[in-house]
Amino acid sequence: MSWFSLTADEWEAVRLSLRVATVAMLASLPFAVAIAWLLARRDFWGKSLVNGLVHLPLVLPPVVTGYLLLLGFGTRGPLGSFLAEFGIVFAFRWTGAALACAIMGFPLMVRAIRLSIEAVDMRLEQASATLGANAVWVFLTVTLPLTLPGIIAGMILCFAKAMGEFGATITFVSNIPGETQTLPSAIYTLTQVPGGDAGALRLTAISVVISLGALMVSEYLARRAGQRIAA
Amino acid sequence: MSLLVDVEMKLGDFSLAARFDSPGPVTAIFGASGSGKTSLVNVIAGLRRPERGQVLLNGEALLDTARHIDLPPHRRRIGYVFQDARLFPHLTVSANLAYGEWFTPRAARYALRPQILDLLGIGHLLARRPRDLSGGEKQRVAIGRALLASPRLLLMDEPLASLDAARKAEIMPYLERLRDEIRIPIVYVSHSVNEVMRLASTIAVMEGGRLKAFGPASDIAQRLDLVPEEERDEAGVILDMTVKQHDPATGLTELASAAGRFFVPGTIAPGGATARVRIRARDVMLAAEEPRHISALNIVPGIVAEVLAAGPHAVTVRLDCNGEAVIARITRHSAGQLGLRPGTRAFAIIKAVSVAGPAARARP
Repeated sequence: MSWFSLTADEWEAVRLSLRVATVAMLASLPFAVAIAWLLARRDFWGKSLVNGLVHLPLVLPPVVTGYLLLLGFGTRGPLGSFLAEFGIVFAFRWTGAALACAIMGFPLMVRAIRLSIEAVDMRLEQASATLGANAVWVFLTVTLPLTLPGIIAGMILCFAKAMGEFGATITFVSNIPGETQTLPSAIYTLTQVPGGDAGALRLTAISVVISLGALMVSEYLARRAGQRIAA
Repeated sequence: MSLLVDVEMKLGDFSLAARFDSPGPVTAIFGASGSGKTSLVNVIAGLRRPERGQVLLNGEALLDTARHIDLPPHRRRIGYVFQDARLFPHLTVSANLAYGEWFTPRAARYALRPQILDLLGIGHLLARRPRDLSGGEKQRVAIGRALLASPRLLLMDEPLASLDAARKAEIMPYLERLRDEIRIPIVYVSHSVNEVMRLASTIAVMEGGRLKAFGPASDIAQRLDLVPEEERDEAGVILDMTVKQHDPATGLTELASAAGRFFVPGTIAPGGATARVRIRARDVMLAAEEPRHISALNIVPGIVAEVLAAGPHAVTVRLDCNGEAVIARITRHSAGQLGLRPGTRAFAIIKAVSVAGPAARARP
């Protein structure tokens, strides 16, 4: 086996990780935008509680988050058994890994988008309203386009977090090759077996390349979006 | 058009209470900064909600706290031109202009894009982005954007305040064309006597959150006490005159008013048309006897109605000229020499070139 070619298991881990991270990023995006807008633009009862809940995964040990997910979404958990009736199963599936990654990446995404919404000049939103736009149209035609660089940054942060998520994922959905064994889990496994060093190194190199690539793409997209909206 | 505004609100330590019913078409809200002008127009636009108040446009309630009516801004169909243009930076000029148009029901649209582009001279800017526009161009596009939403009323909050003198002079004729050609009711907020006198038909003077004076522009213009100290140089009167005839040989146009005949250089309007002429107090000389052999073309007899101190060395004299008022700003010394007191006869001398100044619109 050459130094550069991946084993089937390793390749599977890379593909799985990309899929988990992409799904986690895209599925949490609408919720992140909605929560970020609420936190940035509305005052409501329990706002600090919502803010605290969103940020909780950032401060809790990932293992704790993973265990809470297992309690809630496990086969015998209240949410898990309820969703199972509709055929939606998270426990020990790749979808569970995506859920764990989404939860872990959520605070980062919300934070980036919220800051960017707060930076949008509210006087432009007022101007939009005087021109006949209701709240939804104001958001879609003014706030959202001007927030685009922040949304891109938030997505990339979430993606990167998802690519590297380990603790919550392994606690919630374990480490099943081909189903829940993402890059970090695979690297961890390889370091635990004799002769796994080469594989661990290969996957590490791939991790670095993917993360760096994501960062560069986001820089490029954010710069283009920023140029379009620069006043 | 009728616009009734009745507002009572608190803004921290500042309280605003004003009520006026303007027949339009151009209502100026005049006052120093901090007098509550912007809060007042924000209430009209629906961007601010007063504790108690009423805004009726042609009898329709846009706001009536007693009846629990408060239309949101997007349903009021009131155009708003802000001091700081507020163009959408992510859209081209063309898309900015189309923005309000798009939200206006087809049946309610009256503004025609070609006409507005021509009126404001912005047709060549369509493909540009707001960041590539000059301050004056931004403001013209902002006016066009507001107009293309076919509003029932146009609010303009110090639209010229952020511009330098040259840009102000560039935009002013567009505003006058807007008033005369689109014939949309306008509420114009300004602290500049010059802008207000040139545009307004009705003036509301605000001071410290209260309405200090309200009435037709020609009446308010005579109130010497309303002009703030630093704007005294701009004090003057507005006379509505009838265009008699233009003499191509001399290049002068003859105007008729109750105060007498006036000559101004240039063509102003066809014979029979009404022309608004503003005569600034600093452009008027006074004589106790009718002067002869003098270059000034306009000599109007009158009776001194009021002499008011204007600073340590000057006085402002209001002359009643057959029912019309003319205001002169002269030195205290001259007033003493001529013996000017209420009731004495005097002649106002006004150079034709100063009458033609900013107010008479000389069009080629």
